[in-house]
Amino acid sequence: MATGSFHGQISANKRNSFLMAALVVAVLGVLGFAIGFAVVGDPAGGIGALILAIGFGSISGLASYFGGDKLVLTVSGAKPVDEASAPQLLNVVREMATAANVPMPAVYLIDDSAPNAFATGRDPQHASIAVTTGLLEKLDREELQGVIGHELSHVRNFDIRFALIVGVMVGAIAILADFFLRFTFWGGGRRSNSREGGGGAQAIVFVIAIVLAIVAPLVSRFIQLAVNRQREYLADASSVELTRNPYGLERALAKISGDPEVLEVANRGTQHMYFTNPIKKFEARASGLMSTHPPIVDRINRLRQLTGEGPIQAGELAGPD
Amino acid sequence: MDPVLIIILAVVVVLVVVVIGIYNGLIQKRLRIDEAFAQIEVQLKRRHDLIPNLVNAVKGYMGFEQKVLTDVTNARANAVAAGAQGPAQQAAAENMLTSSLRSLFAVVENYPELKANQNVLELQEQLTTTENQISFSRQHYNATVLDYNTNIATFPSVLIAGVFGFTKREFFDAEPEAANVPTVDLSLG
Repeated sequence: MATGSFHGQISANKRNSFLMAALVVAVLGVLGFAIGFAVVGDPAGGIGALILAIGFGSISGLASYFGGDKLVLTVSGAKPVDEASAPQLLNVVREMATAANVPMPAVYLIDDSAPNAFATGRDPQHASIAVTTGLLEKLDREELQGVIGHELSHVRNFDIRFALIVGVMVGAIAILADFFLRFTFWGGGRRSNSREGGGGAQAIVFVIAIVLAIVAPLVSRFIQLAVNRQREYLADASSVELTRNPYGLERALAKISGDPEVLEVANRGTQHMYFTNPIKKFEARASGLMSTHPPIVDRINRLRQLTGEGPIQAGELAGPD
Repeated sequence: MDPVLIIILAVVVVLVVVVIGIYNGLIQKRLRIDEAFAQIEVQLKRRHDLIPNLVNAVKGYMGFEQKVLTDVTNARANAVAAGAQGPAQQAAAENMLTSSLRSLFAVVENYPELKANQNVLELQEQLTTTENQISFSRQHYNATVLDYNTNIATFPSVLIAGVFGFTKREFFDAEPEAANVPTVDLSLG
């Protein structure tokens, strides 16, 4: 496996991130235009709302670009660690940073017995990695190396930037759509209906806007999740490229999948960033369109392909699933 | 001015610019090698400093296996001495040291008191991370050397490399026997 193919994948990743972000912005723009047109009653209102929507999206996107990592870390209750409190963790992160040829990220600890980890930040120069105390307790050194390799691959592959910006944009679309739907049901619609010269055209635009307000949040979320699932596979493969040891990561996945604890600080807004989906009930019907991660058994089987071992069945994994 | 003269001048200027560009590129690559090598050396130095502490910490416990300890001490002395003999020699000496350390760790596994000793555990973790750092920095170093060596052996930079005396650099060779050695489980978990 040539490292060249990984460099190719990183640049393809950056290109895809840009395309996906552009697509999400486009969805935001179309939604804004339709809502503006429907509410005001002429295309000029649509343009105004389009500018507003894109402006709102860009500002929140920029805000998350510069401050989103701090927010995510705070929400997750992550505390910075020093050499004295977690020497082995810092050693492993330092090793993997050397292997990935990225600067040493800031390292945080989350006081929770469910084993999990995530990375965030805008680029490798401004990256943070957070792991739970449960991860340190339950994994051995090699397994920890696999998980940290996975997270540092997200850093090196610029997945963390994509997760930050697109996450907020998808949120902005949901807020905008929600806002419009509520506005329609609580009086906005009645006012525009009572207006005289509105006519059939506006009614049609109104219906289109309502349909878009329902569909756009779903579509943008599907895009985000589809990309996220793909990135998880890539990060697993990159981790093995860094550690040269597929077994550590494979054992870590199996152990975490078999762990019954639930990560309390994770929520729907941050679940896609973690090493494995922290919301276990969701993982059970995992291969669906709305899941943030690929099923663990598929991730393990892709690693087993690298070592030439046969696939395992989902039932062979001990666990709550 | 004669148009022929202008063309000749232009060609000369372009040539000079190209030569300067290639020359600077080679210098930069050579600096990157030195930088990568410095990274390895920091870790090697750290390992050399840690080993006497480990030897002292385990000396009292080990009855039969004093030979393992003298092997480590000798390998360390050789590795320190090899520091001045260039990357290939140094790599060979360091590989000896790595395998003697592995035997030592394997022996430590047989002593429950040692496995529970906080000081030994810490030293073991420090040596493990240093060894991992060495192997990752070595990969990086070898990649930069490969890049540079390819560059000075291919056209057009081969011409400039010849004129200005850029010579091939040595690899810091990976352990040839690494694939066959049964890995000792150093995990502290």
